[in-house]
Amino acid sequence: MQEPVIADTKTSNRELLDFVFAWPAWFFAVGGALNGLLVAAFVVVILMLMFGLQFLGYSHPVYWGFLIVNFVFWIGVSHAGIMVSAILRLTQAEWRRPVTRAAEVLTIFSLLTAVQFPLIHSGRPWRTMYWTFPYDWNRGAWPNPRSPLVWDPSAIFTYLTSTILFVYVALLPDLALARDRAPNPVSRAIYGVLAMGFRGTTRQWRIQTVAGLLLSAIILPIFVSVHSIVSWDFAVTSVPGWHNTIFAPYFVIGAVHSGVSAVVTVMIVMRYAFGLKRFITRDHIDSLARLLIVVATVWLFFFLLDFFFGLYGTEPAEVDTWQRRLVEPPWVVIAITFIICAYIIPVPMWMFRAIRRNFFWMFVTTILVNVGMWLERYMVVVPALERKSGLTFTYGDYAPSLSEFILVAASFALVILGFLTFSKLLPIMPAADIKEGQILADRIRVGRANVPAAMRE
Amino acid sequence: MSSSANEAAARASAVSEMGRTIPTDAEVPHSEGVRWGMVVDLDRCTGCQACVVACQAENNIALNEEQRVLERRAKTWIRIERYWEGEFPNAKARFIPVLCQHCGNAPCETVCPVWATYHNREGLNVQVYNRCIGTRFCANGCPYSVRYFNFWNPEWPEPMNNQLNPDVTVRTKGIIEKCTFCVQRINRAHVTAGTEGREIRPGEVQPACAQSCPTSALVFADLNNSESYPAQLAEAEADRSYTLLEHFGTDPGVIYLKKVDPHAEIHEDEHAHA
Repeated sequence: MQEPVIADTKTSNRELLDFVFAWPAWFFAVGGALNGLLVAAFVVVILMLMFGLQFLGYSHPVYWGFLIVNFVFWIGVSHAGIMVSAILRLTQAEWRRPVTRAAEVLTIFSLLTAVQFPLIHSGRPWRTMYWTFPYDWNRGAWPNPRSPLVWDPSAIFTYLTSTILFVYVALLPDLALARDRAPNPVSRAIYGVLAMGFRGTTRQWRIQTVAGLLLSAIILPIFVSVHSIVSWDFAVTSVPGWHNTIFAPYFVIGAVHSGVSAVVTVMIVMRYAFGLKRFITRDHIDSLARLLIVVATVWLFFFLLDFFFGLYGTEPAEVDTWQRRLVEPPWVVIAITFIICAYIIPVPMWMFRAIRRNFFWMFVTTILVNVGMWLERYMVVVPALERKSGLTFTYGDYAPSLSEFILVAASFALVILGFLTFSKLLPIMPAADIKEGQILADRIRVGRANVPAAMRE
Repeated sequence: MSSSANEAAARASAVSEMGRTIPTDAEVPHSEGVRWGMVVDLDRCTGCQACVVACQAENNIALNEEQRVLERRAKTWIRIERYWEGEFPNAKARFIPVLCQHCGNAPCETVCPVWATYHNREGLNVQVYNRCIGTRFCANGCPYSVRYFNFWNPEWPEPMNNQLNPDVTVRTKGIIEKCTFCVQRINRAHVTAGTEGREIRPGEVQPACAQSCPTSALVFADLNNSESYPAQLAEAEADRSYTLLEHFGTDPGVIYLKKVDPHAEIHEDEHAHA
C-alpha cells in the first residue's frame, strides 16, 4: 500500500517550499475575502462590547447558544492534529508523514479560534482575566476551583502550549531548509533565528527525534483531557440532557471524528491549492478514511449510549429533553440532518475502496461529517436549556441572530486565514520528515538480500 | 526583622485573611445561626402580581416593556407562574410565585468560575455584581431559571429615575442578577439591632414582596428560629408543605404550602406541557 514518493532531494525541496516563496494571485483574493468576514465579525464584537449582548439570540432561559456550540466544535477539530501526529508517530505509521504538519497547524489555529468564543460570549470580557489568569494575590480574589470554566482554560492553554512546542520541534529542520534557500537576506535572517542554529548534525537530529517522540507521548493525556473537560462544562451541571457521565468519552471520540475529517478536507484542498499532487496521494486519503470508519462507528456507539442512558433513567425532564431533541420540530429536522450527515451517508460510502481513493467524494463526505458534527453540538447544547426543568412556565425557544451567524462564519474564516498565513511563511509540508520517509523506503542489495538502506530510530 | 519583611508578613496575613472572606459550603452549617427563608402559601396566592411590582420598585429593576417580554428578556426577580388546569369552561388558573430559592446546596454556586455567587453565613445565596463576568453558567445551572442576565444598561425615563432606591445598586450590562431577599433591608436591620445592642427581632425584616402581599401568602423570617411565624407555619402545615423541584436535592430556603386538590385531574401524558 505504501508507495514511496519518487523524487530526488532537489525536486522535493523545490516543490515543498514552492508556496513559501511564491505569491499566487488567488492568495490575495481568498485572503481579502476572509479578511472581509473578519472585519464584519470585528464590528459585531465591538458593538457587543459597547452595547451589551442584546445582538445575540439569547433570552431567558437559553443563555448559551451558537457561540458555545462553535467553541465546542473548534475544540473538537483541534483534536485532529494530535490524533494524527502523535498517535501515528508512536505507532510508526509510515503514511502519516505528509499529513502531520497540516494536522498540527489545523490544531493550533482551531484552538486559537475556539478560545475567542467563550471570551466574546461572556458579558464582561474585559474582566475575564479573573477567570483565565486567575492569580490575583493582592485582592485575594481567587477563582472557584469547583467550576469547569476554571478547568477549561488550564486544559486548553496546556494543550495549545504543548501543540505549539510539538509543531516547533518538528519544524526545526524545515526552518533550516528554508533558511538555506531563502531568496533574500531579510527572510534568511528571520528563518535563521527561528531555526535556532539547526545544521543537521547527528547530535541535533538525535535530540530532535527524541524530543518529538517524548512530546508525542506526553501530549496524549492532554489530548484526552481537553475535550473531557470541555464536556464537563455541561456534564457537571444538573441540567437534564447535560447531566450525563458518558459525556467525556463521547465528546473526545466526537472530536476525533470531526477533527480527522477536517484533516482530510484540508489535505485535499492543499493538494490542489499548493500543487502537492506528488506528496498527498490516494494512499493517504485511503488510510485516513479507514481510520475514520472506526472512529465514526465508535462515536455512533457513544451517541446511542447517551440516548439510551437518557431513556433508561426515565426521569421526566431528561426524557423531555430527548423528545425535544429528536421528535419536536424544528429540532427533528436538525436531528435527521445531523445523523445522516455525520454517519449514514459517509460511513457506508467509505466502505468502498473506489470512494476512499476518490478525492472528490472524500472531500464531499468529510465536509458532510463536519456539518453533521456542528449540528450535533448544537443539539447537545441548546434543547437542554430550552426544556430545563418541570417548571414549564419558563420554557423558551432559541433563535440565532444574524450577529451569531456572522461570528460563526468568521471563525471559519479565521482558521482558514491562519492556515494560509502559516503556509505562506513556513513550510506546510514536513519536508525533512518526508525525505526521511524516502530514505527509510530506499532498499539496497547486500549479497542476495534486499534490505532497507537505513535503520529506524 | 527588617521593616520590609514585616510588611511582607503583614501583607501575607492580610491576604490569607481576605482569602477566608469566602466561606465554603462546609463552613456554613444550615442548622445553626440564621437561615433566612420564606414560606409561600399557594392557597392564599391570588396571582395579583403586587409582589412583582414591589420588587421592581425596591430593587431598581429596569422597566419590562412589551418588547422585552416578547423577546423573553424581561427581568422579574420574583415572577408569578400561571398554570392552567382543566379544559374550558372548567379551567382553573393556578399560581406559583417563583423567586430565587436561596438553595442550601445551590447548583449555581459551584459553576461560577469567579465566585461571583456564593453562600453567605445567613443562608443567602449572594450575587457579587462587581465580580461577575457574565458567563451565564449559573443561569444555565439554575433549575428554577430565576437568574436574569443584563443585556443592556438599564435606563429609566424621566421622572422614573427619581424613584430609584438609594440602598440598591443599579446593575451594569453584562452581568447576572437575581432576588437577594432584599439584602439591603436585612443589613439595615443588622445595623439598627447592633446600635441598640440586641438581636434582630422576628418579623423585623420584610422583603418588599412579602411586605406588599395583600393576602400574606408570602412570609419571611429566619427558618432556624423556631419562634418565628414561618418556621411555626411550616411546622404546623407540614402536610401541605413542599419545596420546588425537590428531587434536584437543592435544599431550597423557600417552602411552599399547597393543599392537594382532591378534584384535580392528573394527565400522565401531559406532565411537561402547560
